[in-house]
Amino acid sequence: MTFLPLIPATLLVAALATLPLYADGYCLSLSLSLLNYTVLATAWAMFSGPTRYVSLATVAFFGIGAYSVAVLGEVLPWPLVLLIAAAVGGAVALLVGLSTLRLSGVYFVVFTFGLAELIRQLVTWYEVNVTRALGRYVFVDVTQAQIYWQMLALATLVFLTGWLVGRSRLGFALRIIGDDETVAPHVGIDITIVKVALFALSAVFMTLAGAIMAPRWTYIDPAIAFNPMVSFQVLIMALLGGAGRLYGPLLGVIPLTLLFEFLIARFPNHFSIILGLVFLVIVYLVPNGVAGLTARRAAR
Amino acid sequence: MILIDALLSGVTLGGMYALIAMGLTLQYGVARIMNLSYGEFLIAAAFLAFWFFTGLGVNPPAGLLLVVPLAFLVNWAIYRALLTWLVARAKTRAALEVDSILATFGLLFVIQGIALVAFGGAYYSYSYLAVPVSVLGSTIAANRLVALAAAAVIGGGLYLVMTRTRLGTALRAVAVDPVAAQLVAIDIRAAAAFAFALGGGLVAAGGVLVSMFLTFSATMGVLFTMKALIVVIMGGVGNLMGCLVAGLLLGLAETLVSRFVDPGLTLAATFTLFLGILLWRPAGLFGKAAR
Repeated sequence: MTFLPLIPATLLVAALATLPLYADGYCLSLSLSLLNYTVLATAWAMFSGPTRYVSLATVAFFGIGAYSVAVLGEVLPWPLVLLIAAAVGGAVALLVGLSTLRLSGVYFVVFTFGLAELIRQLVTWYEVNVTRALGRYVFVDVTQAQIYWQMLALATLVFLTGWLVGRSRLGFALRIIGDDETVAPHVGIDITIVKVALFALSAVFMTLAGAIMAPRWTYIDPAIAFNPMVSFQVLIMALLGGAGRLYGPLLGVIPLTLLFEFLIARFPNHFSIILGLVFLVIVYLVPNGVAGLTARRAAR
Repeated sequence: MILIDALLSGVTLGGMYALIAMGLTLQYGVARIMNLSYGEFLIAAAFLAFWFFTGLGVNPPAGLLLVVPLAFLVNWAIYRALLTWLVARAKTRAALEVDSILATFGLLFVIQGIALVAFGGAYYSYSYLAVPVSVLGSTIAANRLVALAAAAVIGGGLYLVMTRTRLGTALRAVAVDPVAAQLVAIDIRAAAAFAFALGGGLVAAGGVLVSMFLTFSATMGVLFTMKALIVVIMGGVGNLMGCLVAGLLLGLAETLVSRFVDPGLTLAATFTLFLGILLWRPAGLFGKAAR
């Protein structure tokens, strides 16, 4: 039982919080996107790391968050908007989790593979048939620095939650499920409840990230909000860093966000090819992520 | 008759889905590779057929004879070059599943990226045998009937090979129990490579046939992968009859919803059907209760 890591972590967060006071616009926006991917990849690994259930639905929840803001941002006070977005994301995750996580892992993967596309089609259908306009403008009175602070708070919250979950009975149960799903029920773990709860928790964080980022776009439509590339990038980052540890995804987020930033500016047309190749290299050469490599070296 | 109209196009679409899903069930059931880049090969074959027809004047049924063997070879090479590594590394079946999901997910973006660079995001189609034929008092384009007939011949042929020949029996044995299959002198690595390549050939055949009557674009592969996966799981993994029934069911459901409810809701219909069947029979329509 040690609270020691909390001290440097607090100092780091405090240092990061002062960034908007002296950084220029580009630096701030880059840091914001680093924080955004940190939240998404850490939330992804929170569920998919220990259970080894690959979720391909990150952008489904991210998009739900963004759309909640686009619809409600102007009519309701901001904290209430965030609360509603989190509730919607959590509810969708519960629905998906309850119907697919009781079954074998493949069904879950297949379902998450299609989930973003499904929600995108439903939103498009709704917008075309009911509101009769495909895009929406996001007018929320918020500065970039405020978005940054909110995202920093969310990132802190993700790490704190992940840390607490890792030390709780829930996290312990989750690791047993990941190690052996046959043993888990025999030691009194309700595996469905545990998996669904963690999936919903990670989905809430993804939804909130989408909600906080939404005001940066000013204009969104279903194709922007539910861009499958986001799910893919988050997956790459989490895997490079290593999904087995709480800090793992962070090790993937920092180099890859910078790399992608560079690639999309230099090779916009070939971005998806390069991304796929980078990903293949990671799957083949660093299957347990950077965190896995260093841990193995330390164990030696 | 609008209902017969819808039923006819539902059956043609469903027949395509069934054929495509048969290839995936071979790859997943026998080779144990969960291939998320599956639909990209369909789109690649569709573009190839498009190029053969518009550029070289080779009609699609003849194109089939060129595209399918080519796809077989390419998929065999992919299995040998990329996937045997994962098979050798994986300690359990679940580990191979996760690794193959990840690797083919990467492959998906590579192939789709190449297709986007080569063809852009536009929709393509060509007009081959677009003459109306009257069937049961409703009219349907001849190319749809040709595609359906070709799919039936290929699917029926595959069914006979799988059930009546030594090769097919060996493949089915590997699908049921890869360890026991070795005991009766089946080379499971060769069988897996063959099944994967055969699956690739089938999806290419599906691509050529689909291109005859549907418009397609470089980014559409994911949709076909999704539908093939759904059909395979609904029918029961490794079961060809299940593919046929689930494929037809999906094609009909989609066409009926897009004709009578709203074309924007076809995917919702697909997923509702998928969930409904899974909640009712978790191992699929024809699957045996596993685990």
